[in-house]
Amino acid sequence: MKSDYLKIGKHILRSRLIVGTGKYKNFKQTADAVKASGADMVTVAVRRVNILDKKKPVLMDYLDPKKITYLPNTAGCFNSKDALRTLRLAREMGGWKLVKLEVLGDKKTLYPNMVETLKSTEVLVKEGFKVMVYCSDDPIIAKKLEDLGASAIMPLASPIGSGRGIRNKLNVSLIVNNAKVPVIVDAGIGTASDAAIAMELGCDGVLVNTAIAKAKNPIMMASSMKDAVIAGRKSFLAGRINFQNYASASTPDKGLI
Amino acid sequence: MAKIQLNGKRIKILNDFNVSDLIKKYKLNQKKIAIELNGSILPKSYYARKKLKNNDRIEIVHFIGGG
Repeated sequence: MKSDYLKIGKHILRSRLIVGTGKYKNFKQTADAVKASGADMVTVAVRRVNILDKKKPVLMDYLDPKKITYLPNTAGCFNSKDALRTLRLAREMGGWKLVKLEVLGDKKTLYPNMVETLKSTEVLVKEGFKVMVYCSDDPIIAKKLEDLGASAIMPLASPIGSGRGIRNKLNVSLIVNNAKVPVIVDAGIGTASDAAIAMELGCDGVLVNTAIAKAKNPIMMASSMKDAVIAGRKSFLAGRINFQNYASASTPDKGLI
Repeated sequence: MAKIQLNGKRIKILNDFNVSDLIKKYKLNQKKIAIELNGSILPKSYYARKKLKNNDRIEIVHFIGGG
């Protein structure tokens, strides 16, 4: 297991758990949870600097981008134009080429708008970005993204922040079986078992934010997600037994008295 | 004085102010931000020489927590 790393483009991640940095009580808690999660990569968003409050702490003071890979996202973007603008700014900020594209369809479901997402992926790839793409759990769309040059496919498990777990395991499996680039379940993870299931299905990684940040004890949940991802991955690699309709005794009958 | 729009707010700056002066005024760390001037990204190497003029629209962004 020592060399079972996750490779996305040229990036090598020791942990298959990627964590979001939103919704925490404060930056200290964010940093503590990231540490407990063991993640090598965190998602971050791009927003206006608060020019009125010069002393306000910033995320980079708590999470050093030299020690942990920042994955800039396009959260809050509902069209291709805004998403491209955001990621170009992110690249200018620190030279980040590896980015997470998410173009949302509507505010209620935060479901991805795949028409705009496909369009944006094509442009970003041409501009030299390495794009990890938040997408619907449609195997055809996922393949199309890969054909367009996406560096990772990130199907939702269920709506962002809903904690509903993987609603369509079959689709996630189909995507995994079809893909030559990493598949990372993004959005909808509610608890550790959801993350383990994603890994058992053969996903290459899991991205979790709300389930950790909004848990009663975020630090403990971060550590739980870490264990779940490792357990799920090992279980996948070990190869589970087949389903049977009837019992199969664990103890031999030979020598029965 | 020149009037510019910074992150959606109208502010006044001295004449001859460049982008680096603006960053200093707001005590920002150049390494932690990115700037858009009138809709186009302004590379960091231009900060010291780009003079601001009346009605310029500037967006200064940074990374925040997000999923």
